[in-house]
Amino acid sequence: MSETPSRTTGRTRRHAVLLGAGLAAAVLAPTLACAQTELLNVSYDPTRELYREINAAFSEAWKAKTGETVTVRAAHGGSGSQARTVIDGIPADVVTLGIPSDIDAISRISKKIPADWRTKLPNQGLPYTSTVVFLVRKGNPKAVKDWGDLVKPDIKVITPNPKTSAGGRWNFLAAWGYAYEKEGKNADKANAFVGEVYKNVPVLDTGARGSTVTFAQRGLGDVLPTWENEAYLVFEEFGRDKFDVVVPPTSIYAEPPVALVDANVDKKGTRKQAEAYLQFLYSDQAQAIFAKHHYRPLNRAAAKPEDLAQLPELKLFKIEDLQGDWDAIQKKNFDNGGLFDQLSKAGR
Amino acid sequence: MAPPPRANPPTRAKRRFLRPSVIPGFGLAFGYTLTCLGLIVLLPLAALVTRASGLGLSGIWEVATDPRVASALRVSFGVSLLAALTASVFGFLIAWVLTRYRFPGRKIVDAVVDLPFALPTAVAGIALAALYAPNGLVGAQLARIGIEAAYTPVGIYIAMVFIGLPFAVRTVQPLIAEIDKEIEEASATLGAGRVHTLVRVVLPPLIPAVLTGFALAFARGVGEYGSIIFIAGNLPYVSEIAPLLIVIKLSEYDYGGACAIATLMLGISFLTLLAINLIQAWSRRRFGYV
Repeated sequence: MSETPSRTTGRTRRHAVLLGAGLAAAVLAPTLACAQTELLNVSYDPTRELYREINAAFSEAWKAKTGETVTVRAAHGGSGSQARTVIDGIPADVVTLGIPSDIDAISRISKKIPADWRTKLPNQGLPYTSTVVFLVRKGNPKAVKDWGDLVKPDIKVITPNPKTSAGGRWNFLAAWGYAYEKEGKNADKANAFVGEVYKNVPVLDTGARGSTVTFAQRGLGDVLPTWENEAYLVFEEFGRDKFDVVVPPTSIYAEPPVALVDANVDKKGTRKQAEAYLQFLYSDQAQAIFAKHHYRPLNRAAAKPEDLAQLPELKLFKIEDLQGDWDAIQKKNFDNGGLFDQLSKAGR
Repeated sequence: MAPPPRANPPTRAKRRFLRPSVIPGFGLAFGYTLTCLGLIVLLPLAALVTRASGLGLSGIWEVATDPRVASALRVSFGVSLLAALTASVFGFLIAWVLTRYRFPGRKIVDAVVDLPFALPTAVAGIALAALYAPNGLVGAQLARIGIEAAYTPVGIYIAMVFIGLPFAVRTVQPLIAEIDKEIEEASATLGAGRVHTLVRVVLPPLIPAVLTGFALAFARGVGEYGSIIFIAGNLPYVSEIAPLLIVIKLSEYDYGGACAIATLMLGISFLTLLAINLIQAWSRRRFGYV
């Protein structure tokens, strides 16, 4: 009784399998066909507008130089989850992430990037840097001027979860570094200060964009410490009449690094183009684009003066000078049981 | 006073594992069921448990007793239970009105019920957050009477009720439609009052369906991530749900820890659903089928 029907299903199933395979091939074929000339840049969240312009400029420059057409696609998302997609196998040629520890993680877990990636490109793989500034309500009604104001009892601070967001981690480290310098290099007092700041945080979004929306659209909070470029983007997108950008006297030297994913470019045969792409980020043309999008270019001479005028001078400290190398920074603050976990346990 | 109809126990007792059936094709159907269940449900779950078992029982226990994980699980399961209860009560009312009464626009209302099914959860979350935020339409009114909705556990509750409601409505609706008017009339002619008819005659056969709706809404609420994340506030120990903690563990590259929390959720969900199914089976025996 079961003989005939099961043969039928066998056939149907084989047909289904064939159909599925055919569909998959139909989807994949075009990708494979142009894989030679397509680069994938896996980047973090706020760089969408930036890399759209950079990628177009690179394609043009590369075409003029070699005659070869290279298209660069960019994928954006939270820095940590983007690193995870690379570990899990997305064929990224280059990564341009929000914080060095995310590239370290790719290197440590997947070995697709050599451990000494920071030595491969100029300025430790940093074609541009950034910092953390404050976005406040128009007229700055709560008079937020410096990091010390964030712990005042009537201030609500909107910042993303440092566990899931690179921007959140920079905010956390910036607050810590400020207090450390101010309290005469006392780490305990700096820890306590950061705890006080996070007591004033009513919402922990998972990414920098989420926090921006909470602050700008939901009207929650008095101050949004955020990437300098993100602050200006909000300022321009949501209206200059609603917000003000406050630049604190000191802030952190934020390092969003870039690196080649060696294992992937060798497998895809795109090493030459990918290396050229990374070198292009250090060219005068790209440097000018960084400044235009409110990132701090490595070579200030290449940027337009009016763009540089938007990047005010302030005292920037390097977190590595205060806490040691990135392995130590990540472990001390953000790993399971680190400072952030301790503070949220103590603060409940 | 009509006693509630009962299922006949004799057929149940006579049931064997495999009895010759008039419908052919058991082998085929059974094989198909096993394959599908295995490939689609059991295989991924097994992969999950295997990954978590890398930590060992002591490792899983450590994750389970971590106060932050415990608090996230409490929030997830506690709020889902409350939300499923709410969804069941209001879902029942909606289903009743939609089946029992004829009014203009009924078809449209009926279609609207399904919208939370179709809406991408992130969209639902953003819409709810915009509505219930302190500067939102509803949130501003609530704030005036001192209730903070968005960015608190109340926000989680609101999102879970929203996504659970269609389950509660759609499981009860067909059964309400099937209740014979005659039974109610018989009850009335035999002298039962309105409340008595409702409580002893109309409601009992619906209980299994209400429970099913409850279980579905609950399960959906426990697993929900997309919509809640936008409205919850996500503060550790306060409004952090277990699925978010899994995402956080993943961003720490702690795959084992993430799988351990997922396995715990799976275990608790399974026990809860089993309990609901047992109550359901009991209520079927007690009140019978419709």
